[in-house]
Amino acid sequence: MSGTVLSLRGITKTFGAVAALTAIDLDVRRGEVVAVVGDNGAGKSTLVKILSGVHAATEGTITFEGRQVTIAGPADAHALGIATVFQDLALCENLNVIENLFLGQELGPYRLDDVAMEVRSWELLRQLSAKIPSVRTPIASLSGGQRQTVAIARSLLADPKVVILDEPTAALGVAQTAEVLGLIRRLREQGLGVIMISHNMADVKAVADTVAVLRLGRNNGVFAADEVSEEEIVAAITGATQNAIGNASGNAIGNVSGNTGGLRS
Amino acid sequence: MSTPTDLLDERLIGRAGVRGAAEGMLDRVRSGDLGVLPVVIGLLVIGTVFQLLNPIFLSSTNLVNLTLELVPVGVMALGVVCVLLVGQIDLSVGSAGGLTSAVMAVLFVSKGMPAVVAVLAALALGAVIGWIYGQILNRFGVPSFVITMAGLLGLLGVQLYVLGAQGSINLPFDSSLVAFAQLAFLPPWLSYALVVVAAVWLFLSGHLHARRRRRAGLSARSVNLLLARSAALLVGVGAVVWYLNQTRGVGWMFVLFLGLVLVMHYVLSRTRFGKSMYAVGGNAEAARRAGINVKAVYTSVFVLCSTFAAVGGVLAAARLAAVNQASGGGDVNLNAIAAAVIGGTSLFGGRGTAFAALLGIVVIQAISSGLTLLNLDSSFRFMVTGAVLLLAVAVDSVARRSRVSHGRA
Repeated sequence: MSGTVLSLRGITKTFGAVAALTAIDLDVRRGEVVAVVGDNGAGKSTLVKILSGVHAATEGTITFEGRQVTIAGPADAHALGIATVFQDLALCENLNVIENLFLGQELGPYRLDDVAMEVRSWELLRQLSAKIPSVRTPIASLSGGQRQTVAIARSLLADPKVVILDEPTAALGVAQTAEVLGLIRRLREQGLGVIMISHNMADVKAVADTVAVLRLGRNNGVFAADEVSEEEIVAAITGATQNAIGNASGNAIGNVSGNTGGLRS
Repeated sequence: MSTPTDLLDERLIGRAGVRGAAEGMLDRVRSGDLGVLPVVIGLLVIGTVFQLLNPIFLSSTNLVNLTLELVPVGVMALGVVCVLLVGQIDLSVGSAGGLTSAVMAVLFVSKGMPAVVAVLAALALGAVIGWIYGQILNRFGVPSFVITMAGLLGLLGVQLYVLGAQGSINLPFDSSLVAFAQLAFLPPWLSYALVVVAAVWLFLSGHLHARRRRRAGLSARSVNLLLARSAALLVGVGAVVWYLNQTRGVGWMFVLFLGLVLVMHYVLSRTRFGKSMYAVGGNAEAARRAGINVKAVYTSVFVLCSTFAAVGGVLAAARLAAVNQASGGGDVNLNAIAAAVIGGTSLFGGRGTAFAALLGIVVIQAISSGLTLLNLDSSFRFMVTGAVLLLAVAVDSVARRSRVSHGRA
């Protein structure tokens, strides 16, 4: 496999007394789809926010293309080539599709090139087989699935090296889910590293090369997707690897602390 | 010819040409996207009522006066539009204008500095005030409402201190400043020439843009529509200019205001900075994640607003030929905000245009002028302006609800 593009070592993030992430290691190679799975509050969204510069890690190192880097803000992540599609999409409802796609990276800062931006917008949306009738309508008038498509299209605009998708298919219809999964495969063919956060095992098995399991903010196993069964992944997510009693108590603790982490993240 | 890229979706309703544009506009109004319609209707009502009560109201003399009187607060309203767009507020534009004009008067009259230096110093002071507001907002997270309310009082105090015991400084009548605000009018030929240039420029820029869109395979406005638009501008503005030219004509100060509005319109709609202002006002967190430096946007918008306030203050001083303790006081602060809101700027951020300042201040100044002509004192002016502000916001709120239910919010 080709070289590692993004490598995390010992990433820890605490919110006050709550350790949302503890000593997380993660490697993403070029042309690899890494699915990060875990129960609610396992720290998946916190991990996304650290990589995209929304939160700073409390401890640990991030190595990007062989260089150790710090991601202090969203602009740093952009500059490195890490593009993120957030679960809450982070779109401006008062702006139209084109303005949202190019937000912060408009063509022609002092004299906007709206023709070029509209042409590029249509290219991106066609590539995603997006069902958006007009790119000049404000985001407020689009459905959830259409908004998701706009958010994904936006992440591809700046030719990123790593794309992070936080629950990309959660709000999508059947056809759009298939399109997004197809798109993720195309990203892989283009040599991009893809991190996909997902709850949907079918999606994970369909596109992921590697499955990294988080549990209670810690690494709980990294599997090659074609060598692992769905049951094994679920077992790693829930911690159901020992006897039934340990499993049940582990679940209870997981849910309590997990929810706290979810609220803070 | 094949269908343009942006009209391929079969769900789109085809609309082309002048008629299509009219239908589209009607559709927007029905779904609550009113645009400038309420203001235009409001102005028609105001014009009709006051003209019936006092035939002088729509006379050329009075309208010329109106165009000059509205400029100082109009410029301040332009700054308020920017602040409202990013979802903040500045309650202290009047005080900032009063203080900066006082400093200008002290430098110009008492210290004998050249007018240019005095004015530039006033503008620089305005910029510094805005920069301080921005720093307090960004570093301490104090709501801008509170920061600028403190500024409202504090700056007024500084203004009184700067003016000293005398409390009033007269600007010499033969100075260039006073001449600019009171006596400088465009020669008629130049005013008509500017109207023609504007109409031709509107057509040419629209035509070139439409050609680029067609080449890129996108839909574009038809030549007929562009011609109709330019003709409407030519006839409409031409008629107003002709009417103003019956007496003194178009003041340079008003042209300056129009120029500032056009520049701000360009900045807001055609630059990255303008888009980032709308984004911050619409969803500051989304803007931050898109890599926009939200704090820098806040700071620069407050600097812009206070600088406009300084320009307004200097123009008000030049118009009055004096700076006194009441400069920038009274209803100036609230009129500037009311003008921005009446013109269609949302108090909740992310919605509005530079033209809101122009339209809003025309409404407010028309009411003020009409009531003055009826010999009604400021008690009535305050009451009526308050009622109009409430009405404008009520119309906007109803329209917003309609937009939400039509999926246009």
